Amino acid sequence: MSIRYNQKREAEKQPRLTGGHRMCAGCGAGIVVSGVLRALEPEDRAVVVNATGCVEVSTFMYPYTAYMDSFIHSAFENAAATCSGVEAAYNALKRRGKVDGTVKFITFGGDGGTYDIGFQSLSGAMERGHDMVYVCYDNEAYMNTGVQRSSSTPRFSRTTTSPVGSVQPGKRQQKKDLTEILVAHNIPYVAQTAPIGNFRDLHLKSHKAIYTAGPCFLNILAPCPRGWDYPAAKLADIIKLAVDSCVWPLFEVEEGQWRVTYTPKKKLPVEDYLRSQGRFRHMFQPGNEWMIEEAQQQIDQKWERLLERAGG
Amino acid sequence: MIHAKDINEKTPWQELTPGGEIYEAGTARLYNTGTWRTDTPFFKQENCKHCMLCVPYCPDSAIPVQDGKRQDFVFMHCKGCGICAEICPFEAIEMTPGGAPK
Repeated sequence: MSIRYNQKREAEKQPRLTGGHRMCAGCGAGIVVSGVLRALEPEDRAVVVNATGCVEVSTFMYPYTAYMDSFIHSAFENAAATCSGVEAAYNALKRRGKVDGTVKFITFGGDGGTYDIGFQSLSGAMERGHDMVYVCYDNEAYMNTGVQRSSSTPRFSRTTTSPVGSVQPGKRQQKKDLTEILVAHNIPYVAQTAPIGNFRDLHLKSHKAIYTAGPCFLNILAPCPRGWDYPAAKLADIIKLAVDSCVWPLFEVEEGQWRVTYTPKKKLPVEDYLRSQGRFRHMFQPGNEWMIEEAQQQIDQKWERLLERAGG
Repeated sequence: MIHAKDINEKTPWQELTPGGEIYEAGTARLYNTGTWRTDTPFFKQENCKHCMLCVPYCPDSAIPVQDGKRQDFVFMHCKGCGICAEICPFEAIEMTPGGAPK
């Protein structure tokens, strides 16, 4: 199902994530969640499921919910399983004629609840083929509890559990490529996006994921001013740098067909992206040039491989 | 049924909704996060072209749109992050120091 994108029309929709939630000022996750929910057709209802994380603790604090739709949270590791259970229950009720209308099932998990702790339940729900969307808002560490490293944290990034000093250069390990792992589940739709430009990319991918039958997965970059250490107002610049340096390429895989949805006019050096954030500051100290070189090599390799998969 | 607006720290548990469930949508709107601001955006209406670019970039859904027109900020929810002022192509948003709207 393809749709035309009209930014003005979308902006006029009633937000389905309301103000008054307690996410930090300038939080990328708030922008991601409201952006995905905006792709719902106004007449359709949704059940929003959360993994434990920043979004969960700040959007649903009794007696306050920031959602205009139904919401359920049970634990950190089972958001996808919870969502698949709700979907199965809905189907059972529908068969008996006890519910009507269209209900969509959308799960939001951070990288901690998705790459790490909720990984097995996510894999299971995708494999079982439930009609749901799992959205990972990737802020590349456990931000809710004070910036601990996750398997999504990029190599060399400074976190409170991967500190920078004479013993180690920030995080030692590579970032796990979760989007590719989800592609390997052979599900109908997997995409990677970010809130960039006029939100066309994020909106169309969200709409496709929500309205494609079967399990779909979105991985969305969600900058965190506190954990990444940059001025909150600079969010759009940071995202643009991530995408234009190919650190966070925008692509989709539909029925096994890879497609790059954005190719930078001029591919920026990864240095430009790294310099924008305090978590990479040590990489610019004299003697640490090898870190930037290594990071650039990694990014180039991955970008080339992506282009190959998408057929050049 | 007790409503979110009537629930506070002094409400006895017997009066709360069973199971701590919430039966109303979007009750977070009752909560004032405007007090978090250290800087405050000022909407220069005369410069605004109503392109709506700022709307999806607001993490707090604090930029309402009505009849195709961008309205002034909802200062009860705006946390003053300044993303909107950075993204605006027409200099229609200016950040001013302090938490009070200009």
